[in-house]
Amino acid sequence: MEEISPKNILLKPARPVGIMGYGAYVPRYRLPASEVARIWTDGQAGLPIKEKAVAGLDEDVATMSIEAARNALQRASVSPSESRAVWVGSESHPYAVKPTSTIDAEAIGAVPNVQAGDWQFACKAGTEAMVAAIGFIGSGMADYALAIGMDTAQGRPSDALEYTAGAGGAAYLLGPAEKSLAVIEHTYSFVTDTPDFWRRAYQKYPEHGQRFTGEPAYFKHITESAQALMDATQTKPTDYDYAVFHQPNTKFPQRVAAQLGFTKEQIAHGLLVPVIGNTYAGAALIGLTAILDIANPGERILLVSFGSGAGSDAMALQVTEAIQERRDRAPKTQDYIARRIEIDYATYARMRGKLVMK
Amino acid sequence: MEIPRHWRLRKQRYGLVGEVCPHCDAKLFPPRDVCPECGQEAKTLYNFSGRGEVYSYTTVYEAPAGFEEVAPYTVALIKLQEGPLVTAQLTDTNGEQVEIGTPVEMVTRRLRSDGDERGLLVYGYKFRPILQQLISPT
Repeated sequence: MEEISPKNILLKPARPVGIMGYGAYVPRYRLPASEVARIWTDGQAGLPIKEKAVAGLDEDVATMSIEAARNALQRASVSPSESRAVWVGSESHPYAVKPTSTIDAEAIGAVPNVQAGDWQFACKAGTEAMVAAIGFIGSGMADYALAIGMDTAQGRPSDALEYTAGAGGAAYLLGPAEKSLAVIEHTYSFVTDTPDFWRRAYQKYPEHGQRFTGEPAYFKHITESAQALMDATQTKPTDYDYAVFHQPNTKFPQRVAAQLGFTKEQIAHGLLVPVIGNTYAGAALIGLTAILDIANPGERILLVSFGSGAGSDAMALQVTEAIQERRDRAPKTQDYIARRIEIDYATYARMRGKLVMK
Repeated sequence: MEIPRHWRLRKQRYGLVGEVCPHCDAKLFPPRDVCPECGQEAKTLYNFSGRGEVYSYTTVYEAPAGFEEVAPYTVALIKLQEGPLVTAQLTDTNGEQVEIGTPVEMVTRRLRSDGDERGLLVYGYKFRPILQQLISPT
């Protein structure tokens, strides 16, 4: 084996892999950040976003993943029984023990000849599942695999995260590049043990390292993975038409994009956090669905996720001609964002199970 | 605890999987293995489209055991495109007027817990006004 150097750090599958179909999901309820500020700061707090999406009483990561997966399969026009994996990345799986992925695989009709598993890597669990699917297809073990990133994230009442912890995500059916609507040209992951955010077993709400979540965690890992991928592929920000970065709030992705040399226009279409909140394992992935909804054949996209703990996956994609006939086969990301019902803090408290009933 | 029953019904509940009669082509939901139209054996699985319209509906304010936490909610008879009439909850309807004839589509949602918070989560079909029409009423 050749030693890993900046020139050969990319993760190369034995055969090229791409996106056959994609599907977004955002629940319809919206909690304005001003409502959280009204309750806890007399309306005085600065607001990190405009509003966040909140899952309905009958929704969770399993149900939201099912709808996103159905959208992805509809775009791909691939039979669910041909998908040899259903992998769901989330930090809010409905069960502590029992896979979300078996519920989803059964509901979409992918059982029984299928790998199923739940992934956990804070906000990077979705792209981690996607990289695994690239390997699974790229090795020839499977022709199609479904990777999902979805969350109904928790935020402690009055904590900074309560303003942003949203609900939503996306599903991707990956397959051979030659049949895809976007080819995943390059992949690279950067990981270290960095304790910026965690939730211990049996705890309802996560803990975070305040400002420690910024420089040593989010910014370090995203810039390292994105820069390493661009160096190894000899590309620069101007070679990409769009970029999407993990988006825990509005400022972080804007700042990291500027640090790397991307313009506001390049990240505008994928920057959804101001209107749906931080969808954790779904955040970077649903930014990408919003871009695929409008991208043209030949255009290039840089996707960079971040997961606390910590790590970042970077992927370079190129859109193919197939996008044009497939993207209208299922509801678009902005369709889900547009079906908006504003709720107040009391309704939010009920929907999130914060009211003690017994 | 009704684990065997929930397990047995999972396909019809999660994905509206019924049967089609190989003799007279009637679509059956729920699946019952004998065609009510022609009386012959009908065991071929059939995936319903999930599209239909509200045939009738009522809103439940005093919910039965297991459904208290989601009250009030609307229960409807849905006339599926393929013919059968099914009973199901409507969802995502807040703020919109449901009427007899409203076009709806199936979504898979959490129905309830089997027992208390330690029990199995039961998932199944509900219906909502068709998404595209929610976005741009025609």
